[in-house]
Amino acid sequence: MNRQVLLFYPLLGMILLGLFIGGLAYGAVPIPLDHVVDILLGKGSDKIAWQNIVLQSRLPQAITALLAGASLATSGLLLQTLFRNPLAGPSILGISDGANLGVAAIMLYFGGTLGQFADWPISGYMAVILAAFAGACAILGLIIYFSAKVKNNVMLLIIGIMIGYLASSVISILNYYSSTDRVHAFVMWGLGNFSGVSLEQLPFLGSCTLAGLLLAILLIKPLNALLLGEMYAANLGIHIKRTRILILLCTGILTATTTAFCGPISFIGLAVPHIARLMLGSSNHKMLVPVTVLTGSCIALLCNMLMVVPGSNMILPLNAVTPMLGAPVIIYVIVNRKNIQYFN
Amino acid sequence: MAMKQTSVIKTSDLSIGYTLKGGRKKCVHDALNLSLYPGEVTCLLGLNGAGKSTLLRTLCGFQPPLGGKIELMGKPLSSYSQGSFSRMVGVVLTEKTNAGGITVYELASLGRHPYTGFFGQLRQEDHRIIEESLIAAGIAHKAHNYVSELSDGERQKAMIAKALAQQCPIILLDEPTAFLDVTSRIETMVLLHKLAVEQQKAILLSTHDLDLAIQLGDCLWLQEKGRPMACGTPEDLILGGAFETFFSKEGIVFDPGTGKLHTEAPTVPVGVEGDLTTSYWVGNALIRNGFKPSLVSEEYVSVCCNAPNDLRILFPVGDMRIAESIAEMVSIIVHKS
Repeated sequence: MNRQVLLFYPLLGMILLGLFIGGLAYGAVPIPLDHVVDILLGKGSDKIAWQNIVLQSRLPQAITALLAGASLATSGLLLQTLFRNPLAGPSILGISDGANLGVAAIMLYFGGTLGQFADWPISGYMAVILAAFAGACAILGLIIYFSAKVKNNVMLLIIGIMIGYLASSVISILNYYSSTDRVHAFVMWGLGNFSGVSLEQLPFLGSCTLAGLLLAILLIKPLNALLLGEMYAANLGIHIKRTRILILLCTGILTATTTAFCGPISFIGLAVPHIARLMLGSSNHKMLVPVTVLTGSCIALLCNMLMVVPGSNMILPLNAVTPMLGAPVIIYVIVNRKNIQYFN
Repeated sequence: MAMKQTSVIKTSDLSIGYTLKGGRKKCVHDALNLSLYPGEVTCLLGLNGAGKSTLLRTLCGFQPPLGGKIELMGKPLSSYSQGSFSRMVGVVLTEKTNAGGITVYELASLGRHPYTGFFGQLRQEDHRIIEESLIAAGIAHKAHNYVSELSDGERQKAMIAKALAQQCPIILLDEPTAFLDVTSRIETMVLLHKLAVEQQKAILLSTHDLDLAIQLGDCLWLQEKGRPMACGTPEDLILGGAFETFFSKEGIVFDPGTGKLHTEAPTVPVGVEGDLTTSYWVGNALIRNGFKPSLVSEEYVSVCCNAPNDLRILFPVGDMRIAESIAEMVSIIVHKS
């Protein structure tokens, strides 16, 4: 069985590479693959426009998708294990809404459009990220508080959805009292986008994401113990409080940075852990965490490609594409839950 | 048992319960002086609400005692770190798990957590212990099945394998036979008894299975609100009358003759004699129908059990009828009286 699992990594790696290069070639302006490879290898291309498109626009966008997909999928997995609820995810539990609220407060109240956002010095977008992080963690804290009171998983999800609504209602109020251009900028941001990150901002996004993912990898052992529930885990020597806080922190970092840079992206966090578990046939986090990271990146890159309507200049909003991939997966999982081992 | 070994868990004047909001304490049971010995299965019996779970949770370290002392291997419980405690006491709980998507082997390997490093990497030694635990728990043949594919009884064995892999001298189990069918109940209890004897584990389990507890428990703890805990071997407790006091609530009667609980004490005597096995079951049927199996007498109906299909019913007036089954016998006796 382990040998089979080991095949997963090169396979997923190859799919990831294919989607990455494919994403650079495919777009409103198609660029031949050999040119893309040449540009990437630094040989340049005879068409300066192509070189600019690939290096200035598509490369940061693909890297952003890669990082965002990994982040969201991983935070979804951590939440599903922590709450022992296969339908938990950053967007369902209202954590994305919390990050949303933080961003809304900065963008709508203090102003600053996405265009400016790109030119802001570090302190500028740091404010947005910190606000997103604070919002996400506040909601996570609330959910953890309620999870101690409400043991029923479905009820907890409903509380999460309610908290999400509350955050949205505050956002509506902020919207209502904001100027039109600020509202427009915020709505555009809310549609989700991998293209809002400039090359200069990438190292920051990258290091936050890597820090979060590293933390997730360090949590593999307690995550496995948590499969048995908190009492069993405590009996196995796991510090429950510390583990909860670390998982909270990790999901907070991952969801908040992704949301701040790319907008609230739905379904990747919810659906990818299921895809990973179904492919892998195991809930053992030792394999599940890396496979979820890689699958999340693949799915995000795929969504990024699907945003481009073939044969036209039209670009679909990201949040119009992710449910098309994610919702069927969740429906499939729910319908077939009796036959899926990790549900039983 | 005058030469009993030293206890692995010893409580003195322990009181258990909860701390409510505002610091008020709700005591569930107090003045508990209990000892748990290696090589023995101890069964904790009591009605719902008697505080069995509270006691187990307190001994598992999940909730602090309200007062008194708990000593583990001669040292106070509070002196153990969470890590060292996890090598001392293994638990099997009724908590619902999400372990359906891992294999039985992986489940048992979680028991090695207290011994493995930061990433939980298993060494050769760990694999050997896991395999031995799976064999000892009788679940080795399902090692590579998903936990979701197991029956309830097999799941319980897998959990016991996890507790064995934890290599703890003490195993605490919360109602391990609840939700199991009859065969799995017996299998589980026999397994626990075997582990206690062969591996010198001290095993404490809470249960509602009176029959099995009397049959396989080396020691029973009878817990009831407002009474001191009665502890001892089942036989001593039965003959000493402890059971009658504990279970003789409104309408419930413990029969020391059979070790069974009834809703009311039968009073009409019926004499029973003859073949031991047959007369035992004849007695069982009589009790169910409201009669009290007694010594044979000419003053009331008596049954002479020659064989299951040869039951001679003697009436005080002198006539005799032969029943060919216990059902027939019951109908004759019920009809005549």
